[in-house]
Amino acid sequence: MRAIDILDLYFIENRSRIMDIASFLDRIDRYEGAEEAKADFRYQAFLRILDITREATQDRAKAVQVALSDPTAEPLESAVGMKAYGAWKGAAK
Amino acid sequence: MKAIDPHIHMISRTTDDYMRMTISGIHTVAEPAFWAGYDRASAACFRDYFHQLTVVEPARAARFGVKHYCWLGLNSKESEDLKLADEVLAMIPEFIDRPNVLGFGEIGLNKNSKNEMAVLERQLAMAAERNDLVLIHTPHLEDKLKGTRMIMDMIRNESRLDPSRVLIDHAEEHTIGEIKDRGFWFGMTLYPNSKGSPERAIDAVEIYGTERLCINSSGDWSVSDPLSILKCANEMRRRGHPESAVNQVFYENPKGFMGQCPKFVAN
Repeated sequence: MRAIDILDLYFIENRSRIMDIASFLDRIDRYEGAEEAKADFRYQAFLRILDITREATQDRAKAVQVALSDPTAEPLESAVGMKAYGAWKGAAK
Repeated sequence: MKAIDPHIHMISRTTDDYMRMTISGIHTVAEPAFWAGYDRASAACFRDYFHQLTVVEPARAARFGVKHYCWLGLNSKESEDLKLADEVLAMIPEFIDRPNVLGFGEIGLNKNSKNEMAVLERQLAMAAERNDLVLIHTPHLEDKLKGTRMIMDMIRNESRLDPSRVLIDHAEEHTIGEIKDRGFWFGMTLYPNSKGSPERAIDAVEIYGTERLCINSSGDWSVSDPLSILKCANEMRRRGHPESAVNQVFYENPKGFMGQCPKFVAN
């Protein structure tokens, strides 16, 4: 296969995925409390990874994963009551 | 095609799923011990669970011509309670030599806490003592990179464990390279809408090769698909990969890893 074949094979479904992302951002804007949601660390992380996806020239998937990850190395004192959010909250501090 | 799902939680699936899997070519599965979607009330619940994994489920699978293997251990989400961990780990020797048990799994980390590490360390030592295979659960989402590195360091510190007998599961783009570089097997998990997709899994095959890779559905009680490994195999085909490579990834590789346990015989 050549790159143009990959474009042929995956363009329409990925066009749809971009539409889902665009409408997700529109949906936040449309609802009450949009400014609060847009200040949330997850929203800010989302904007960062959109930039990475556009600006990186290779290994975009890995760069997005790293951008969302906890970069620290020390274990937590306790995990009681904690859950994963999909983006590292510490990045917002 | 023949395929093996090396990580699927069949106790959460219906008999219809067994039928769909067996008529589609999945005749061998392995089921790691895991979190049930809620924290169990006591260690006695684990005794029932281990009985289900080692007696009830293989019998249910056999009715559909599916060979059912399992892994035993205390999952990381319930490892914060050290008293519970003591009691659960104490009962593992009663079950670990049963005919369908491959080793310790899925053990690992969830939020990368000190108690999770302490319980994992004990289970790694138990596996090393017996020279058992190990299936590692890595944390999801933002905790994965850190947790994967911590786990690999812990295994390195347990010098009796051979990395070629350890599979580090739920690997993604940012962890695969380091896992392979350290000599471990790695697993990729397919979730319909939350994490890995067939497209990304086959991207990894193209980038990192077919060696030491197992792809699984991790089908369970949540949104998941017991036929996802076959859909992923089809993704590999539609990119023009030869059938021999598809067979390597979806049949020979899991057979190769789990076959290091003498109890394992693929259907």
